[in-house]
Amino acid sequence: MSEESNFDRYRRRFLGGTATAVAGLSIAPGVLLHSIGRAKPADEPVTGKVRWGMLIDSNKCATGCDDCVKACDDEHGLTGFGRPETDAQWIRKVTLKDKQTGHTQTLPLLCQHCEKPPCVDVCPTGASFRREDGIVLVDKHICIGCRYCMMACPYKARSFIHESLQDQKPWAPRGKGTVESCTFCVQRVDNDRIPACVEACTAENHNALIFGDINDPDSEVSRQLRKHNSRQIRADLGLNTGVRYRGI
Amino acid sequence: MKSVEFREIEGGRPFYLLLGFFGLFVLAGLGAAWYMEHNGHWVTGMSNQIIWGTPHVFAVFLIVAASGALNVASISSVFGKTPYKPLARLSGLLAITLLVGGLAVLVLDLGRPDRLIIAMTYYNFKSIFAWNIFLYVGFMVVVAIYLWMMMEQKMNRFTKPAGFAAFIWRLTLTTGTGSIFGFLVARQAYNSALLAPMFIIMSFAFGLAIFILVLMASYQWSDRPLGDAILMRLKNLLGVFVAAVLYFVIVYHLTNLYITGQHGVERFILLDGGVYTQVFWGLQILLGNLLPLALLYNPSTGKSRSWIGIASALVIVGGLAQVYVIIIGGQAYPLELFPGKEVTSPFFDGGINTYTPSLPEIMLGIGGVGLALAATLVGIRVLRFLPVSLADDQVDPHHQAGDAA
Repeated sequence: MSEESNFDRYRRRFLGGTATAVAGLSIAPGVLLHSIGRAKPADEPVTGKVRWGMLIDSNKCATGCDDCVKACDDEHGLTGFGRPETDAQWIRKVTLKDKQTGHTQTLPLLCQHCEKPPCVDVCPTGASFRREDGIVLVDKHICIGCRYCMMACPYKARSFIHESLQDQKPWAPRGKGTVESCTFCVQRVDNDRIPACVEACTAENHNALIFGDINDPDSEVSRQLRKHNSRQIRADLGLNTGVRYRGI
Repeated sequence: MKSVEFREIEGGRPFYLLLGFFGLFVLAGLGAAWYMEHNGHWVTGMSNQIIWGTPHVFAVFLIVAASGALNVASISSVFGKTPYKPLARLSGLLAITLLVGGLAVLVLDLGRPDRLIIAMTYYNFKSIFAWNIFLYVGFMVVVAIYLWMMMEQKMNRFTKPAGFAAFIWRLTLTTGTGSIFGFLVARQAYNSALLAPMFIIMSFAFGLAIFILVLMASYQWSDRPLGDAILMRLKNLLGVFVAAVLYFVIVYHLTNLYITGQHGVERFILLDGGVYTQVFWGLQILLGNLLPLALLYNPSTGKSRSWIGIASALVIVGGLAQVYVIIIGGQAYPLELFPGKEVTSPFFDGGINTYTPSLPEIMLGIGGVGLALAATLVGIRVLRFLPVSLADDQVDPHHQAGDAA
């Protein structure tokens, strides 16, 4: 009898614990989401209330370090074929030397996620598009591989897939004969994570890259942009880039 | 002027031999396209730096020449010059076949040519490329209707309005083709409204040069009389067009030379761009502009059919060179992202981009030329495009008047 009641007790405890765990699991994401305050259910469309952007501080970008590039390659499965002229590159390290003074600096260059992207303007099928939240992407299903976007991009940010690919990452589908570029790690951003390049730079404690919502005045990226002078590359084109630079 | 009699060319062995010859180029082009698509574009000379390669040179040349080939018909129908009337049908035919050849090359060089249907069903109307798809397909329809008005006696009275529509369409089309480059704000060599009218005048010259050669060849091979009167008119016109192309090239470069920020790209094309500088001065200017001008207007060579033929061929060589310098040379010069800085990166920033045309690219391009010529040959075999005679008394009212007097 006492064995039976012990059994009942264990059973009750087990069921109760399970119920609490289930309840916790179902409520927790909501609580977490609420606390971060910007994530959304997967079936909800992105809105223009958010504009994702990045501030790159060239002064903090370490010479010889290409952790951001490696992180991007790993995240998206960008394995080269030993042919640098045709291998895809979504982010690259660029070294600048002032012709007059000889001053040298280095910085990462990636898709600038323009508000008015020339690649989107010229794309004949609309495969190049800009999400409401400012992320510029390529719809691989309707890209015909004409490469006009690559001709139009002022930043040389896009790559054409010159060969068949294997072992792709499920979250970064790619295809021979289409064009691709930095997605701001949309698969991460939509799940409340920062882009892989930013994560890698922060992990090394270089902190040269800050990512966030530039429409939110309280975000770190907005605060830094407000505090310091920053520049757009080829600001003369009036594209209102989502990526801004300090120290150039 | 007598009414002109048109007749198909003879079939038989020479026809099939020539068709087979052109067919070989088409097959080579298809093989090249299959090879490129199967392996991916890394087997070509193209890269993430030189995005558009030799196929685009051929495609743009053929598309530009196609609209220019229609000029002869426009001069007849729109501007009412009767000596050109017998040539109008061939002019319309070449306009369609050259465009088909150029478009075939363009489509087969796409990363995903299998998605042509997407290009025809998804449109972004801010893209000049999307507009061009309409302009190209529409051009073929408009010119086909124009040909029908010309060739069907009952419809002859509509020839003038149809010709006028085709003329306006061809000007729009070449404006669209030039604007593919003219609208590229980010690249130093493009970003100029001048490219649209320059492409139009280029089309006049390239199209007429091809027209003259096709005319001479088809009359020679079909043993039909071709008088001097019409040839002299055509060659004088070609000279004017070549001079106009040269004028636009000079204005384009002078403008750039005046703008300090453009000195880099000008220095590259005109002075130290290696192969591009050589192609510009040697093939485009010397062989493609100055030599044809000298040949066409020199009193002795200007009257010789062989020299007129050679001058026309040189205009074509110069035209291909010009498109090569514009398309490939324009991409070889790097994007200027950081003025005043020397830029280096593992992704070839800041340096001159290298490009060597690969065999498949050249074969694909020549395949397009083969397709255009094969289609023209079949056209003049099955329909009445060519007058039985283009002897002087057939085309030149003054000649006839002189005889009568």
